[in-house]
Amino acid sequence: MPAPPCTSCHTARAALRRPRSGHALCGACFCATFEAEVLHTVLAGRLLPPGAVVAVGASGGKDSTVLAHVLRELAPRLDISLQLVAVDEGIGGYRDAALAAVQRQAARWELPLTVVAYADLFGGWTMDAVARSTAGLGRSRSCCTFCGVLRRRALEEGARLVGATHIVTGHNADDMAETVLMNFLRGDTGRLARGGGLGSPGEGGALPRCRPLQFASQKEVVLYAHFRRLDYFSEECVYAPEAFRGHARDLLKRLEAARPSAVLDLVHSAERLALAPAALPPRPGACSRCGALASRALCQACALLDGLNRGRPRLAIGKGRRGLDEEGPPGDRARPPASEAIPAF
Amino acid sequence: MLGKNRLIFPGEKVLLAWSGGPSSSSMVWQVLEGLSQDSAKRLRFVPGVIYVDEGAACGQSAEDRAETLAQVKLVLQTVGFPWHLVALEEVFGLPPSVLCCSVPEPTGAEGAYKAAVDSFLRQQHVPQGEGAQDGSSPAQEQGQLCQPPMQKPLGLPSLAGSPAAAQTEALSRLFHSVKTLTAKEELLQTLRTHLILHVARAHGYSKVMTGESCTRLAVKLMTNLALGRGAFLAWDTGFSDERHGDVVLVRPMRDHTLKEVAFYNRLFAVPSVFTPAIDTKAPEKASIHRLMEAFLLRLQTQFPSTVSTVYRTSEKLAKAPRDGRAAGPRCLLCMCALDVDDADSATAFGAQTSPHFSPMQPPAEARPPPAPCCVPGVGRAQGCCRGACGRENPHVCVIEQLCYGCRVNMKDLPSLDPLPPYILAEAQLRSQRAHVLQEVQEYLIVDSDGEATES
Repeated sequence: MPAPPCTSCHTARAALRRPRSGHALCGACFCATFEAEVLHTVLAGRLLPPGAVVAVGASGGKDSTVLAHVLRELAPRLDISLQLVAVDEGIGGYRDAALAAVQRQAARWELPLTVVAYADLFGGWTMDAVARSTAGLGRSRSCCTFCGVLRRRALEEGARLVGATHIVTGHNADDMAETVLMNFLRGDTGRLARGGGLGSPGEGGALPRCRPLQFASQKEVVLYAHFRRLDYFSEECVYAPEAFRGHARDLLKRLEAARPSAVLDLVHSAERLALAPAALPPRPGACSRCGALASRALCQACALLDGLNRGRPRLAIGKGRRGLDEEGPPGDRARPPASEAIPAF
Repeated sequence: MLGKNRLIFPGEKVLLAWSGGPSSSSMVWQVLEGLSQDSAKRLRFVPGVIYVDEGAACGQSAEDRAETLAQVKLVLQTVGFPWHLVALEEVFGLPPSVLCCSVPEPTGAEGAYKAAVDSFLRQQHVPQGEGAQDGSSPAQEQGQLCQPPMQKPLGLPSLAGSPAAAQTEALSRLFHSVKTLTAKEELLQTLRTHLILHVARAHGYSKVMTGESCTRLAVKLMTNLALGRGAFLAWDTGFSDERHGDVVLVRPMRDHTLKEVAFYNRLFAVPSVFTPAIDTKAPEKASIHRLMEAFLLRLQTQFPSTVSTVYRTSEKLAKAPRDGRAAGPRCLLCMCALDVDDADSATAFGAQTSPHFSPMQPPAEARPPPAPCCVPGVGRAQGCCRGACGRENPHVCVIEQLCYGCRVNMKDLPSLDPLPPYILAEAQLRSQRAHVLQEVQEYLIVDSDGEATES
């Protein structure tokens, strides 16, 4: 059966059906539509003002590859300049292959590439070392907690190195939907209150971050990459099976099967969540050690690193941050602070 | 739970929505215990029970329904409160005023509750004459005051014989025309709520108590998130739900998990009636409700605190719109303030609708057929409707007045004609009123503190 003609240009044969609306489009029209929608998102939300130097968080995966490509196409219209920033978390067998892909892309697109490594920034802690130190404690390793927080910090550092004014990441609609599901399941009202918008405007010295792809569903991102023949790295992280996000992702896939618009419905819900004022996170201040944005005395990255350095990796994970207020090198105190009555020696 | 929230004043008429299932049976039983003469903390309100027969929507045969009704009547007679037995078909006879949100009575401050309780207790002791604290006679007086219709618990004649066959036919046609189970369940809930509301208003009940347990509320929370009702979670899952104005929905069982309810029912031999619901025996993937339920219960086995975490999160939700905007028009079906802005292009709603109108598609005529063009209701549709009060496109008029979640549900209804007439009539009325308001806008004097002089 011959394919129907494309509904927008009526000349070429349709090559795909859009997941969102079911329209049949040819490859060129679909790519044009996709790019126009991203442009619309950026313009309507006023995310990237003209003259901005934009650091693209490039991981080598499909989302950041598509993001970089689309922004490169739109750069003349938006009047922005692009820089690629790649983060090397030190996950053997995964990150090195991904970085190779990023380097090929940078060469092909002639965009400047900067690689920042955890080992350099965080005192020799790579993700593999973190995983080893948190392993075997009877609970999950929480690798994603460490990796996510440290990566945000690394991206900031990288962006500052290249003199960027904005950071963009390739989160798509599926990511946003999974995040809101996950936050609800874990009762994380702080993140629920902060998330759901168009990225952060950058308070207290942090660079403004945004997600231009956030209304594009994952399927469309993959289709775009296919039609533009983009070269990306498509394996999943070695530590991914342990992540809680896997449950949320599984749920989202089933929801999408039951109702195709579930992803955008979830994003809409997330935008409209209203939390009671008592549950909102406090206004962020500055970290006492590194000066970055923090809701408590120490920013999350410093707190996590502190825990790792002291041999107590779970120190800053979860609620109840006892022991964080202690000063001094590890081995100094062998017990948590005076919340328990332990006689002094 | 009731004492903590101080919502139900003594002597108030409260309608208990009983579905026959374990949680609502447990609730009715606890009310019965609480009202009895010798319980430690006496409840002081006047209860009635309502049972909605949904057999037609679930596709049950007339014999099955009659059998279920017989069982139900038996239980209701043992309970002894005034009861109302209504069939879902009666939605076809509801007046459009059901969808109007009347002005709520001003709720008193803390002191008002205590004052009300004090005056109620004083009232009890007045007919006694002397101040002698006799154990039995105050109880007698209270018994008489609290349960006036106690002489004969009558089934009020809303179900005089079975409902008209035409109405049953219309109801089953409506439910058959809905394409997905998700939309069916949502529609059923909406219609049931409207029916209960109507009965409550007709018989002077100011509160309705529903028996949703903690587990069910956690599932409902996640389901509503997935349906796009994130803005209204506090109303859908909170303790009290005042969006209908004069009738307040209360959920006293929300602290108890299903497991606790099951144990209670077992230990106290609480009678309940099993009726197949619209999603009984449906496969897991059939609807979003089923999916969420299965997912949460499965996750609960791995992380035992899941349900209580989700429930606690629901307690932290506030009932105001996110950025503190003033309340605008209300959704036709769920009566929450609309959460869609036509001007919102930087949101998910905008993302769903704007691609239909963005200028990048070169030939302007080569657009999908006009119906989807109007359905999402972005600014263009206002123009479409303005011409003739939407008489040529009533579909659009109804869709425009719905919130995001209801709009997504309505997409699964190919045509809005099988809907009960009160919904269509109210939609027509509202759009006409909006049209008229627009015409006379320039002549209206708007008060400086924001109150319009027009009703």
